[in-house]
Order: sequence, then structure tokens, then C-alpha cells
Amino acid sequence: MIKIAIASGKGGTGKTFVATNIFHTLIQNNYSSILVDCDAEAPNAIAFFDNKVFTGKDEVFQMVPVIDTEKCTFCSKCHEYCNYNAIFIIPPSKIINVIEDLCHGCGACSVACEYGAITESPVSLGMVSRYNLNGEAAMIEARMNIGVMSPVPVIKSALKQINEQAGVAILDSPPGTSCPFIQTVAKADYIILVTEPTPFGLSDLRQSVETLKTMGKPFGTIINRAGLGNNQVVEYLWKEKIQLLLEIPFKKDIAKMHSRGELVSAKDNFFARQLTEVIDNIIRENGNSCYQR
Amino acid sequence: MEIAVISGKGGTGKSSISAAFATLNHEVVLADCDVDAANLYLLFYPSIDKEEIYVAGHKAVIDYDLCTGCGYCIDFCRFEAISHNNSRVEISEVSCDGCFLCHRICPEHAINMIPNNKSRLYAGSFRNGKMVYGRLAPGEENSGKLVNMVREEARKLSKEIGVETIILDGPPGIGCPVISTITGVDKVVIVTESTISGLSDLKRTIGIVDKFRLKAFVVINKYDLNKSVCRQIETWCKRNGIIIAGKIPFNEQMVEAMVNGKTIIEFNKNHEISSSIKSIWNKILNYN
Repeated sequence: MIKIAIASGKGGTGKTFVATNIFHTLIQNNYSSILVDCDAEAPNAIAFFDNKVFTGKDEVFQMVPVIDTEKCTFCSKCHEYCNYNAIFIIPPSKIINVIEDLCHGCGACSVACEYGAITESPVSLGMVSRYNLNGEAAMIEARMNIGVMSPVPVIKSALKQINEQAGVAILDSPPGTSCPFIQTVAKADYIILVTEPTPFGLSDLRQSVETLKTMGKPFGTIINRAGLGNNQVVEYLWKEKIQLLLEIPFKKDIAKMHSRGELVSAKDNFFARQLTEVIDNIIRENGNSCYQR
Repeated sequence: MEIAVISGKGGTGKSSISAAFATLNHEVVLADCDVDAANLYLLFYPSIDKEEIYVAGHKAVIDYDLCTGCGYCIDFCRFEAISHNNSRVEISEVSCDGCFLCHRICPEHAINMIPNNKSRLYAGSFRNGKMVYGRLAPGEENSGKLVNMVREEARKLSKEIGVETIILDGPPGIGCPVISTITGVDKVVIVTESTISGLSDLKRTIGIVDKFRLKAFVVINKYDLNKSVCRQIETWCKRNGIIIAGKIPFNEQMVEAMVNGKTIIEFNKNHEISSSIKSIWNKILNYN
């Protein structure tokens, strides 16, 4: 299978717009494909498909320590082992508390404790849900619980569920270039960076490009809302010899359709053909087997 | 007074609106808390009077002169970062969380922890006061600690120059860096847009703001792109007792201003958008 991540440094450039429309086009063209919404903090991709059927979900947990103050000798070794400052201890007053929000569930404190005073219990971080379209496994959504610090464990869990069950997986990535983005693109064979032709778009694109180059990942770009802003993004791509896969013009009716939760490629045949061409080229150049049903 | 601007969904116009707020006032302290994709410095080109290194955790690296390939560390790692590749033990840089556990338990002391020290904090002056921003190096953990550093510096500067208003331009999402941006602020402005994604993310963002019992104001940007979703947002806010500070229409001048390195207020202070932003700011500021 081939995994294609749709990413961008800047938020709101149109990642989900591109991911959902590419996925829709793939299905129309009879590709066996799966859409994975990895933007666990703000998941929106699944909402674009009305005929989806929910098929199941898995809760994602993290283990956090529970300290038995009867057995605890207040030696502070767990506190020293914890690199996240999640164990608060005042030995003279025999106070020890776990700050769950800071805990990463690494288990170092359990290893540290020599008195059997630490057990671990699961805390929910979020949910990974699965959906069918037309009777086939088609979508996976990572959704972090509100108030949880990091979306990474939920993203990892969603990515694991892909399980080679389709020919093409489209990963709708979280914005930025920090951990959540890295976790998503690390699993991808190819990355489409969606940008917009503005100074903010260019600055964040540069950072994404640097990151993907360091990771040695193949990538290309789509400029969304072309016609707004200026030419600096195109000039940058040309100078850096980065492939420009497609320019999607800024049109109010595209923005309106997307705002209603409609798939533009379902109504605009020209756009659907453009996406088909982009994706066929990526698969031809980066894939390794047959993807059609 | 600290006012944070956040959004849940990216690209709703947080930074453009924060920047406009910053140029309405004679003097402010502006803190760009979106350390993963800092952009405001592109509009304001602040002087760099201060640069500080931020250590964003550590990465475990194996010293192969010492490693015997025993694999004792593999089962300890909860992040599935360590694996056997034939007889060689390898640590995936992407998966390593920097918890130090492998380093502590390795019988050969063959694992070193290398600090991630490429992230930076910058502070200086811009045309409307002082500005602080952080730049997180790609791939590093956005734990919110760099955001805290940015906010501390902003508070320090606000005391130093006697300017009360601190505007915080927040990151997208609802995770740690957002929580760090809004913890303890006086008011939170949530910029949404009239799309179904905007509404869905607004609900999640209100969830996080409520958790911290903060006063929230909603701004509906590009409201005229979809008036029916806009009404849905208004109804939802009304039903949940959330104040709508105002609506801003879509206009290409917003992008043109950015391309010209200006905020909309500086670019065209008489524009309809500038007037809306002014009245939104006054409403937020004067609300008790």
C-alpha cells in the first residue's frame, strides 16, 4: 500500500479540503482507499461524508502511576526518575502526589520504586473511530479528549489501525511541524504540503520543507487559494526545485461549498480530474503495487 | 490585562486579528504563542534585543562503542522507540519521548541523552510596543513550556515599560500549547469562521475554555461565506450563553494588507473590517 499524508505548517490552508476531496476522487476511481483523520485536536474530515456507517471504536489509554502511601518510604527516587515533573513530593511532610496532566506514561517511576508502592492505572486520552462507506472499511478518526495535553498517543493508535487494509491511505495531518505532524508524516510514503500564497503561508511552508528534507521524505506542494496574495510561494518553489502538483484557484463558490461540508470534487468534474491526475502521478512515481479494486 | 486569541481550527484569522488589535492601541506587549508556526514577526519585524535558548526535552542516542546489543532496554520503552535490527539495537528518533528510562537502566551505560536545544525565544521592540515570540525547532515537542517562557517574558516587559495590555496570539488546536496560552489570562477571544469545521472546532475550544473557567468572546470571521452556518454558530453561542463580540466579513483586503506587511488597521483604517475590529476590541476590553 501507499500512504500519502496531506500536511501544512500553517493551519487552515486547506489540508482537510484536499484530503477529503482526494479521498472522494480515489473512491470514485475504484481505488481501494482509506482516509485517516490524524488531526486529533480538531478532527473534521469525517463530517464531509454523509453516507458513512460507524463500525466501531477503540478508546486510547495511557497508564499513570498510583502511589500507595502506606508502602511509600518517601525516598524520592520516583521523583528523580520522572523527567516530566509529574511527581510532586515533600518527604518531611510525607506528601506525594501524581500530577496526571504532566505524566507521559513512560513507566520510569514504576521502575524506580523499590518498595512496590507504585501501581499503574489507565486514563483515557481519546478515541479512535472506524467508519465504512459502501460496505468497505473507509475511514479512521483520531479524536483527542478535551483537556488532554498531547494528541500523539491517539494519532499513533489511529495509524496502527490502518493495518495494510487498503491500497491507498490518505492521512489528514495535524498542522505545524512539531511532534503530532512528525508522527503522522513519519508513517507516510509521500507528503502533499498544502500552502497558500501569502507571507504567513510561505514562512510556514519553508519550515515544513526543511523538516521533510531532514527526514528524507518525498513531497510536493499544492497551492490553495491561488490568486490571493502574491507570487513569493511560486518563486520559492521554483528556486528550491520543489514540485508544484496543483494550484487551486481562490473562488468564493469553492469556499462556500466547503463551508457547507460538501465535497467540491463531487460536483466539479474538472477539479476531480485534476486531483485524479495528481494522485495517479504520485502513485506511479512512489508506489510499488496495484491499488485498484 | 492579558487577552489571548485562539481558534481551535487553524487559518480562521487569529494572527491577522491579533495583529490588528495590536495596532489599534498606542502601545501594547504582543506575544506570539504559536511557537510551532510563528508568523507575527513577518508583519512587525521586531528588533531582537534578547535571544534565549529553550531546551525542548532530550533524545536518547546509543553509543555503539559500548552497546552490546543485549536489547534489555527494548521492553522498558513504552513508546516503542527501541527495536532490534538484526543484532543491532536502534532507537527511532521520531518515537523517542525523551523519558530517560533506557538511559537509566542500560547495564552498559551505552545510552546518552542529547538535549534538543535548537528552539529559541526572542524579544524586542516593534512599532506599537514590545514583542515576544518563540520558535520551536521542527520535530520538537510542543509541550507548552516555550509558550510559558514567552508569556513570562511578555509580563516582565509589560511591567518594565508600564503597558498593561498584553495580547497573546495563540496556536491552533486544543492541546498543551493552547492550554498554556490561556491559563490565567483575563479574557479569551475565539476566532471562528462560518464553516461546519469552524463550528465543530469552536465547540471543542469552548470545552477547553470552560474547563479553565475563563471569559470567552467569539468572533465570527468571514461570516458572509456561509450565512446559514453563521446563524448556526450564533444560535449555538446564544443557547450556551457565550458572548459574540462581533462578525467580520470576508474581504481580500485582509490578505492584501498582509502581503504589504501591514495589519488591516494600518493598511486601510477606514475599511469596514477595520471598523468591525475596532468595535470588537472595545466590546471585549470594556466587558466586565
